[in-house]
Amino acid sequence: MDFGFLASTMGQLLAALPVTLELFVLAISFGFVLALGLVWLRLSRNPFCSAFARFYIFVFRGSPLLIQLFLIYYGLGQFSAIRHSAAWPLLRDPFCCAVLSLSLCTAAYTAEIFRGGLLAVPNGQIEAGLACGMSRFTLFRRIIAPIALRQALPAYSTELVLMIKSTSLASLVTVWDITGVAQQIISETYRTMEVFLCAALIYLLLGFAVIRLVGWLEYLLSPHQAYTRKAAS
Amino acid sequence: MGFLPILGFGPQGWGHLLADATLMTLAVTLAALALGAAIGAALTAAKLSRSVGLRLTADIYGTVFRGVPELLIIYLIYFGGSSLVSVIAGLFGITGFLGLPAFLAGVVAVGIISAAYQAEVFRGAFMAISKGEIEAATAYGMSRLLRLRRIIVPQIWRFALPGLGNVFQLTLKDSALVSVTGLVELMRGAQIAGGSTHLYFLFYITGGVLYLVLTSLSGQAFRFAEARVSRSFPRGIGRG
Repeated sequence: MDFGFLASTMGQLLAALPVTLELFVLAISFGFVLALGLVWLRLSRNPFCSAFARFYIFVFRGSPLLIQLFLIYYGLGQFSAIRHSAAWPLLRDPFCCAVLSLSLCTAAYTAEIFRGGLLAVPNGQIEAGLACGMSRFTLFRRIIAPIALRQALPAYSTELVLMIKSTSLASLVTVWDITGVAQQIISETYRTMEVFLCAALIYLLLGFAVIRLVGWLEYLLSPHQAYTRKAAS
Repeated sequence: MGFLPILGFGPQGWGHLLADATLMTLAVTLAALALGAAIGAALTAAKLSRSVGLRLTADIYGTVFRGVPELLIIYLIYFGGSSLVSVIAGLFGITGFLGLPAFLAGVVAVGIISAAYQAEVFRGAFMAISKGEIEAATAYGMSRLLRLRRIIVPQIWRFALPGLGNVFQLTLKDSALVSVTGLVELMRGAQIAGGSTHLYFLFYITGGVLYLVLTSLSGQAFRFAEARVSRSFPRGIGRG
């Protein structure tokens, strides 16, 4: 095994790590906010709002992310109205397009995860809160949100790992993230296996870090279970 | 309306290309699923085996192929496979670079990824089989093979169906990434048509709609299949 080549490949790939991380953090942050809005629409009593959210979720979960990304990056530039709008400097930039399409896509998946969390809040707890005279907002802040968030976390950590993997698609619109750099090294050297191993290791460690981080958050949010764990042991 | 002839099947239309590309996407997905089912079944057996080495291998397989971007795995199979083919061809005196056929590379890459997910689905389904039934079969003196054929496999299919529906959708969407190898499936078809006409938006929307048609049809098919198999399982939670 050629350790010199492995080390230099690893160095080149790690230099691209900030791009992958930026894509990931920006996309999940925007996606999180969008998902909250979508859940709100999805659960609203207005049939038009909930139908819109359903349609959004169906479209973004039912089609490949790659075609969504290409639609935004190559497709939108076809219209002169967009080319002359204020948003064009952003939509012309591959990095911004990648963040935009990753956010739009993860919002659809995240919204369904949050909805599942909300449905898992026991009705008795909501009734108890109402019986205590809580306002709708207090009820949401004290009872619904903590339980729903805690319930949604395991599924959300899976979505986060999927998002780490999805950031690699940005390389197909000329963003030089880890996968983009890896592809470049492969086509220059034809040493596929070594480059693959280095890139795979970085992605696996990233995924592992995310899972541990969410696991820790889950632990922090379940003090009642920490108590029963102690009692049981 | 100017775009109907472009999407149609006439001499100016791209309808034939898109239809062929849709069929190709379906072919890649189904072949990858079949390959994934075979590897996935072997992985499940390894996961459930008593041998630590086999269990560890299956775990590493699952972690790597579910944790590494699909695009990298496609590069690995396509470029790595092509180098391997070139080396083997070199042994027979054929020199120069030989490519792995894009269809084969795509099916193998997507199938390998699909296998990692299918193994989890199969393992969950196996766990759902009640232990008493397996014990009863053993008590009747059924051999391992007969037990597998009569008791375990029929129930695994039933319990695995909802999970397999999810894997199908995942595999269908992963198949779009095979476009990077140049295989003309739906994604690549939309790219070619968009590039030739400069109507990117139109063709990517059309491609997206065709993907949505495929995902919703497959969703319907799986719901139908679930309703059909669950007729013979009348009781229990989650069976409608």
